[in-house]
Amino acid sequence: MPRAKLAVALAVLILLVLPVAATLANQPFWVTVATRILIFALAVAALDLIVGYGGMVSLGHAAYFAIGAYTVAVAANNGLHSALGNWGLAVLITALFALGIGAVSVRTSGIFFIMITLAFAQMVYYLVLGIRPLGGDDGLPFASRDTLPGIDLANPVVFYLVVLVLLAAFALFSQRAIYARFGTVLRAAKQNERRVTALGFDVYRYRLVAFTISGAVTGLAGALFGEFQRIAGPDSANWVQSGDLLVMLILGGAGTLLGPLFGAAAFLLLQTVLIGLTDHWMLILGPILIAVVLFGKRGLAGLIAGSDA
Amino acid sequence: MPEPKLATRNLAKAFGALRVTDDVSLAVVANELHAIIGPNGAGKTTLLTQLSGELRPDRGTVHLDAHDITPMPPYERARLGIARSFQITTLCLDFTAADNVALAVQAREPHSFKFWRSAKREGALREPARALLERVGLGARADLPARVLSHGEHRQLEVAVALALAPQVLLLDEPLAGVGIDEAQALIEILQSLKGTMTIVLVEHDVAAVEALADRVTVLDGGRVIASGTFAEIRNDPTVRRAYLGDVA
Repeated sequence: MPRAKLAVALAVLILLVLPVAATLANQPFWVTVATRILIFALAVAALDLIVGYGGMVSLGHAAYFAIGAYTVAVAANNGLHSALGNWGLAVLITALFALGIGAVSVRTSGIFFIMITLAFAQMVYYLVLGIRPLGGDDGLPFASRDTLPGIDLANPVVFYLVVLVLLAAFALFSQRAIYARFGTVLRAAKQNERRVTALGFDVYRYRLVAFTISGAVTGLAGALFGEFQRIAGPDSANWVQSGDLLVMLILGGAGTLLGPLFGAAAFLLLQTVLIGLTDHWMLILGPILIAVVLFGKRGLAGLIAGSDA
Repeated sequence: MPEPKLATRNLAKAFGALRVTDDVSLAVVANELHAIIGPNGAGKTTLLTQLSGELRPDRGTVHLDAHDITPMPPYERARLGIARSFQITTLCLDFTAADNVALAVQAREPHSFKFWRSAKREGALREPARALLERVGLGARADLPARVLSHGEHRQLEVAVALALAPQVLLLDEPLAGVGIDEAQALIEILQSLKGTMTIVLVEHDVAAVEALADRVTVLDGGRVIASGTFAEIRNDPTVRRAYLGDVA
């Protein structure tokens, strides 16, 4: 089996065995940690679609993450408790936000794109803080997780598996899309926009669709995070959150299948372990990130799964 | 004279005080090979870039089949059947040669919003791409990343990509520049075989190639048209001799 496929098989195996092992070892804490990792991996995978394959470095994806979380919190506080309905609503609303923000930002590129996505996200951040019913600094908690018929989301292992299925589904869709006609245009435009335009492709439309999908799926991750914590907090809209998503992506390897998972896992595990030692855990993450960027062009995924990760 | 396939009327473009295109009226007849020559800085590439739509003229208009296409962005013009090759290699260098051509084949379809089926495995894209690479002499190099191909091979690939669009009008920007003798000969033969099947505008420095290929020639100097006609006609034009051909003819 080629190394890249082996790495995928191994990752899936570990993710499936993990909740069983944690339960048997009576360490439910690790299911919580792993759930968090999977949720962030979903957001990072969504970000990778535009950063790794589209060449659009968004420093504003916290906006969609937060909008997804707040959608679920607001719905739950207003008597809506269907997970399917609330998550669907979160995807729809973040897709609309991404479409609107993307319609403006995708016209720019490089540093301007970074700045304009950041600016929009900061607007969302202050909006979230400023709208009183959303709870301001305290965030917006809700009493219990939404429900799915026949699936007990309140059970941590079940919730973990639901997140895992959603992550796997998006990873599959994303891999197909990237190598289908759509993704081929997107990847080509990253390499040479002038050429792709000269061929007759309206690059803007393809990028905007990718941006909207990316935002909507980040919104789904946010909805899952809200559901997971039973609270939507303004911190999730802060630009630091956008930066964290980018750090996870670069750490794991942009433009790779496993990069988002590896990046989210490395980042959050380091955080979990190191934060017990020092509040300044970034002091240790920093050099690691520098080493990964300097020595492994394709991040952890490149180091672990090889060149065709 | 028949209705021109591609025409410009009083086209003008200036960069600051420099008039790079100065009142250029050009008429390219359907299926002719129309060469544009002139000394360095005459405004040949700038003119081509206004035909392809990447550069908007300050004044004047561009017409395709008598329709005014001046306001159209480059991707819309490409959809109407105007394909161009670039003087400076403009390819997707991380893609293979075959990927580059297959993407151009894909561009002929109304849209590419297809999210599931691997484009690498679509025979409808790959087979025409292979055939075109064979035709330009890159058959054996099809699966190499464009990055590792030589400069001459990039020129051949540019031509294959442009042809993959099945264009009505082909704009070629110095396809022979920097190409070795054998590769140049191969490219000239390809252009010979295309003559009469599509309208070709050829910007070229190589006067011998222009003499061999062109039905008509337009000579630019300082952004202006100083002569237009068959090669024999412009060869004997005193203005042209002074500006450009002096030491050649």
